[in-house]
Amino acid sequence: MFELLGISSQALFGQLLIGLINGSFYALLSLGLAVIFGMLNIINFTHGAQYMLGAFAAYFVLQYAGLGYWWAILLAPLIVGITGIIVERLFLQWLYKLDHLYGLLLTFGLALIFEGTFRNFFGSSGLPYSVPPALQGGQNLGFMFLPNYRAWVVVFSLAVCLTTWFVIERTKLGSYLRAATENPTLVRAFGINVPRMITLTYGFGVALAALAGVMAAPVYNVSPQMGANLIIVVFAVVVIGGMGSIMGAIVTGFGLGLIEGLTKVFFPEASNTVIFIIMAIVLLIRPAGLFGRGA
Amino acid sequence: MQRIAEVSKDHAVRAHSEAIAFIAMACVLIIAPTFAYPVFLMKALCFALFACAFNLLIGYVGLLSFGHALFFGWASYMSAHAAKVWGFSPEFAILVGAGAAAGLGAIVGALAIRRQGIYFAMITLALAQMMYFFAVQAPFTHGEDGIQAVPRGQLFGIIDLANQTNMYVTVLVIFLGCFLLIYRIINSPFGEVLKAIRENEPRAISLGYRSERYKLVAFVLSATFAGVAGATKALVFQLASLTDVDWPMSGEVILMTLVGGLGTLFGPVAGAFFMVTLENYLTTIGQWVFVVQGVIFVVCVLLFRRGIIGELAHLLRVKL
Repeated sequence: MFELLGISSQALFGQLLIGLINGSFYALLSLGLAVIFGMLNIINFTHGAQYMLGAFAAYFVLQYAGLGYWWAILLAPLIVGITGIIVERLFLQWLYKLDHLYGLLLTFGLALIFEGTFRNFFGSSGLPYSVPPALQGGQNLGFMFLPNYRAWVVVFSLAVCLTTWFVIERTKLGSYLRAATENPTLVRAFGINVPRMITLTYGFGVALAALAGVMAAPVYNVSPQMGANLIIVVFAVVVIGGMGSIMGAIVTGFGLGLIEGLTKVFFPEASNTVIFIIMAIVLLIRPAGLFGRGA
Repeated sequence: MQRIAEVSKDHAVRAHSEAIAFIAMACVLIIAPTFAYPVFLMKALCFALFACAFNLLIGYVGLLSFGHALFFGWASYMSAHAAKVWGFSPEFAILVGAGAAAGLGAIVGALAIRRQGIYFAMITLALAQMMYFFAVQAPFTHGEDGIQAVPRGQLFGIIDLANQTNMYVTVLVIFLGCFLLIYRIINSPFGEVLKAIRENEPRAISLGYRSERYKLVAFVLSATFAGVAGATKALVFQLASLTDVDWPMSGEVILMTLVGGLGTLFGPVAGAFFMVTLENYLTTIGQWVFVVQGVIFVVCVLLFRRGIIGELAHLLRVKL
């Protein structure tokens, strides 16, 4: 163990790890937002609520079906993704021809409905969700103690992010998706069912949010408003990174998580606001965002 | 020539219907305390002014601010602080609040107008959240307690605002004055440029208008009126609290404007009265209020985009 500027290495690296974990949630959520925005032209305000739904789905799966974490990580994104598909078919599909703002307002309303309902039944305090047995304990790395579960969250989210990037940027399916983002009419003319693709894209984006929620459940508690403040930070992340690039969203998400973790160590008063301050600076220097392609 | 005559006739009819509606609204508000609680009416009037300020931006410039609670809440803190700690008289306390809102509006506006459309909404929301955290941490706001027992004081040193009737008349005068001012702004040459920017910004720029400056001025004006509303509310309730700066408040003002009718003159007022009345009846259901608000959002966006006043104007074929 060593010390740096009067801060023990355990505190420093511990906060950096928390930063990386938050960063992986930022990355997963902003990735989903970017993919959804590309196809649906809607900023999905419900994203935070769907992250919360993912965590609750994991909790329900355990409580009522007795299925543990590994089932939850598979089932929760599936369940929440299906509710996303229902939402898209019931509500969102009527908005594509309207101004973007209506999509934001409608999904904001949906977020209020989901979060309000859960707060009625589960109150404001969190419900505990324990770390799966296989990932309990941790490693002593000499300069810090690394809890296994936290390491797993970072590695697994990174893997999911990179897989998503690979599928979108390097496969045939991804090329259909990118083409439909650029020019849906033309892609339809080639005989590809674009409306179905839009529906599935929304389901996929929502499933990513739910996956982040499942992974967050053992780190933070499962609580109805866990997504409400997170989504606002993720919006700032999206403004900083710009929604033009998948890799940009991943890099920005992890990077900002790390910066937030560092701020917690060296200047804790600003840890809540540092991302917003960075957003303001980026707007002054590069209004289009770090990876953006114009407004 | 005939076309010009038609346009000016159309304009006259419109101004006519708006004048009648304004006089009707003023009359109803003057006699309202005889059948409704003054505190309820004052709350509704503060929110009506807040919604009118918000509507100036979304309805006439096409900018959706998701952070208007920032101006409402911080003006409310500043005026409460000025009245309680500095011992300012109410008119100066409100001016301090409005001034603070204008200053914040200039900073937030200058940052937010650097991006368009959907990003504008996200930036205003994020900056408002940042200022919410400042409000949580700053010592003078007293955190969860808020600034309590704010003295209403003596207006101009002679009118005692502790008297409910005096307070109501003051709030009503502020509301009607700001409403007329907003009407004047919308119908001035400046307002016409704002509408041109809303309809087609590149074209407005090509005609030589510096759209950024127009947007910024509109943003500062909107923030200032929101500040007047928040500052007045702090005096009416003698309280400034975190509720007024938090993001659900930004959502609420959007909802009020949406329910009443985006881009209509009287819509925000109708929407504010509708929502405040509704919430008055729903106080017993606790957290379900959010669910009800969410449902109203969804219904308005899907089926009722014109809002109450917009539908009414459509039925009567007048502008309101």
